[in-house]
Amino acid sequence: MITGLGAAFFYLFAFIAIASAFMVIAARNPVHSVLYLILTFFNAAALFLLTGAEFLSMILLVVYVGAVAVLFLFVVMMLDVDFASMKRGALEYAPIGAIVGVILAAELVLVLAGSAFDLGQPATTALPTPDPAVRHNTAALGDILYTDYIFFFQIAGLVLLVAMIGAIVLTLRPSRPHVKRQSIVAQVGRKPSEAIEVVDVETGKGL
Amino acid sequence: MTITISHYLTVSALLFVIGVFGIFLNRKNVIVILMSVELILLSVNLNFVAFSAHLQDLVGQVFALFVLTVAAAEAAIGLAILVVFYRNRGSIAVEDVNMMKG
Repeated sequence: MITGLGAAFFYLFAFIAIASAFMVIAARNPVHSVLYLILTFFNAAALFLLTGAEFLSMILLVVYVGAVAVLFLFVVMMLDVDFASMKRGALEYAPIGAIVGVILAAELVLVLAGSAFDLGQPATTALPTPDPAVRHNTAALGDILYTDYIFFFQIAGLVLLVAMIGAIVLTLRPSRPHVKRQSIVAQVGRKPSEAIEVVDVETGKGL
Repeated sequence: MTITISHYLTVSALLFVIGVFGIFLNRKNVIVILMSVELILLSVNLNFVAFSAHLQDLVGQVFALFVLTVAAAEAAIGLAILVVFYRNRGSIAVEDVNMMKG
């Protein structure tokens, strides 16, 4: 699929992606975790680029690095949480987790990288990728996204709308009691007789 | 030195396992758990794109786009819930999440 210099770059990007992904879960400070997450996304975008998925690679940068990772950064910095006490006892389940993880990883790598898993070319292709020289990746993706997958595209927009409204509704604070707001009903319903009050103050005494 | 789909699937599998292990390791910290879920979804996307390139089929990239959309929505909602929870309880420890006694 990829040969020559591209292969060397694949190893570089893959290694950095996996190393920084490990640092995401191992870093003590959550701010460092988010920064490592951004590094992981950058290298994953480069891996996407190597396969020819240019549009997805750029979308990964814009959506993940530009929006989601910055959102994480905001939340980590906004919540004043004592992360040091949270780390205490974190290694309690680490051995069993490591055993499960290593077994899972070993099985997956054995199956996927071994010769037992041979992927031939399929007889038919649903929507073949056009030659990049003729129609580049973004245009080809748009060709099918706005025709064959228009309903899925609309539903994706609806999912984002629901997420946006949900996030606003969840975090909207009810108005605080000591904040004074204009009450038009009270202003219009005011009568001259109630507007002023005549007080008879005795000499030498206050109100 | 030729990179085939197996290399991509191996990278994706390792990312997936790191994400799962992150949930084990940081079970007290919801923010890192959310980041682990993002890693898992990224590995799924890498699988889709690798197969899309291998099979010369654009549908994989379209599906990866939708996975990206849902992941972004999930992160937004998850962090909003986290902020509301922190406001109510003053902590984001997972073991404090028992108000509903579910």
